[in-house]
Amino acid sequence: MSKRRSDWESRPQARFRKWYKEGFLALDNEIIDHLTRTTELPENIEDRLIAQQEEMTSRQHERTLALERLDQYNMLAWARTRGRKAISRLYVILALALGAMMIFFLLETVALMPRFGDPATPGANIVSERYITKGLEETGATNIVAGMILDYRAFDTLGESTVLFIAASAVLILLRIDRNKDGSPVQELIAAESDDRHYEPRNDRILQGSAMILTPIIFLYGIYIILNGHLSPGGGFSGGAIISAGLILYLDAFGFDKAGRFFTYKTFTWVSFFSLSFYALAKAYSFYCGANNLPSGIPLGTPGAILSGGLIMPLNIAVGMVVACTMYIFYALFRKGGL
Amino acid sequence: MTFIHVALLGMLIVCALAVSLTRNLLTSLIVYMAYSLIMAVIWMFLESPDLAITEAAVGAGITSVLFFVTLKKIHAIKGDSDEQAQK
Amino acid sequence: MWQLLYENLEQTVAVILFGIGFSILLLQRNLIRKIIGLNIMDTAVYLFLASMGYISGRKAPIVVDGVTQTTAYINPIPAGLVLTGIVVSVSFTGIMLALTIRLYRRYHTLDIDEIAMLARGEDA
Repeated sequence: MSKRRSDWESRPQARFRKWYKEGFLALDNEIIDHLTRTTELPENIEDRLIAQQEEMTSRQHERTLALERLDQYNMLAWARTRGRKAISRLYVILALALGAMMIFFLLETVALMPRFGDPATPGANIVSERYITKGLEETGATNIVAGMILDYRAFDTLGESTVLFIAASAVLILLRIDRNKDGSPVQELIAAESDDRHYEPRNDRILQGSAMILTPIIFLYGIYIILNGHLSPGGGFSGGAIISAGLILYLDAFGFDKAGRFFTYKTFTWVSFFSLSFYALAKAYSFYCGANNLPSGIPLGTPGAILSGGLIMPLNIAVGMVVACTMYIFYALFRKGGL
Repeated sequence: MTFIHVALLGMLIVCALAVSLTRNLLTSLIVYMAYSLIMAVIWMFLESPDLAITEAAVGAGITSVLFFVTLKKIHAIKGDSDEQAQK
Repeated sequence: MWQLLYENLEQTVAVILFGIGFSILLLQRNLIRKIIGLNIMDTAVYLFLASMGYISGRKAPIVVDGVTQTTAYINPIPAGLVLTGIVVSVSFTGIMLALTIRLYRRYHTLDIDEIAMLARGEDA
């Protein structure tokens, strides 16, 4: 509670309120001063008395006005402090009530849903039946999910890769720090670099040694998952994420200088461009001559072999490359604002 | 519906509540990481190994790394001088 | 009703998680916590979808020994949808964190109310 209070006092409204209170205290003193100020004894006392009386009434008037204004100030102060607090408390209660009500009504709906694990759910309809019974024959992929997202619904996956690319571009716009035209670093970049290395040891022996051992294994595992996407669980997305994890580990251990030798903006641009355009062209060809089971001239191979599944493996590689580059560039931009 | 299945689902809810109730941002992020890992295990129970691999690599790995770098950028990890961001 | 909810335990938990994420989104003033809440809402929806595709006693949709009967495998469609969703959620998390870093650089706080107040002060 006391922490809450100190939080409250350090906030701008509280500071405003304090300033305000001091302001109206000064006003109060001024009024009292005004009212109790003694005047010298006059000579023609009657005129003076009348004048004083008039003055008094006008002062009375002033005083009531001032008090009214004080009330208004108090109201304002109340609205700015207690009222705000009360409203925020009401907001918390209403938000919790809304959440609880939402959970309650959704639970009512869940109770009416088809039973969990029921074979006769409406979801298991003719579409999924077709994917399961004809999937191996038509796409050549043992993993039905991979066959589904990269053959039947490949257009969807193209859009998804494009979403990743657009996200990388947006983060690039938001966080990139450019150098000057002559190549010298700007002030912001120097600050970012010093901030980046603030709590990390340079050339840590343990980190570098373990990264030397782990990075190739992680790469190998990621490549395995991508290449086996049509045979076993996995595929472009998970494999790409694993490869990018290896890249991030390498960057953390060896720094931007060494990682910059093989991964620059140019690499990112060209890899993304070629992967996305290869994907689009391959699927365009497939739509042009292969949709609806017309012969497309791409051999499907024997199911279960590594070179099977038609276009699925190249498409997995393209998606994996886009994902790996995107995740790596997210990390590099978040850390330093550049590669 | 085995015991461990129910226990994992309960842990999901506990983790989700703990994310909002912990004071320190770093703690809540680590709890969120645990949440993602539990989710990956649950997907193995639901016979979706594709999702389990993707969630373990992307949800628990990459997303958490991005969150941690953000915390470092806004000086919220313990030991930094700026207390403002920890609230 | 409790019996029905227990039979659909996956979906019950998914709905509760959705509500918790929504409440975090409404109640927390810290931007990072809000982003985590949005991610929790995401995963709740994925859990719901994946549990709709599960059929008890059947295996994951990976063809083994050339068996292509419907009775052998679970529904593969939710898995494909959720796979798409996970990757999209990572991209929007990245964008939101980048925006958070920019806001912090400008206002030196993560409190959304304070940011709103400071921004209003800038406008005036």
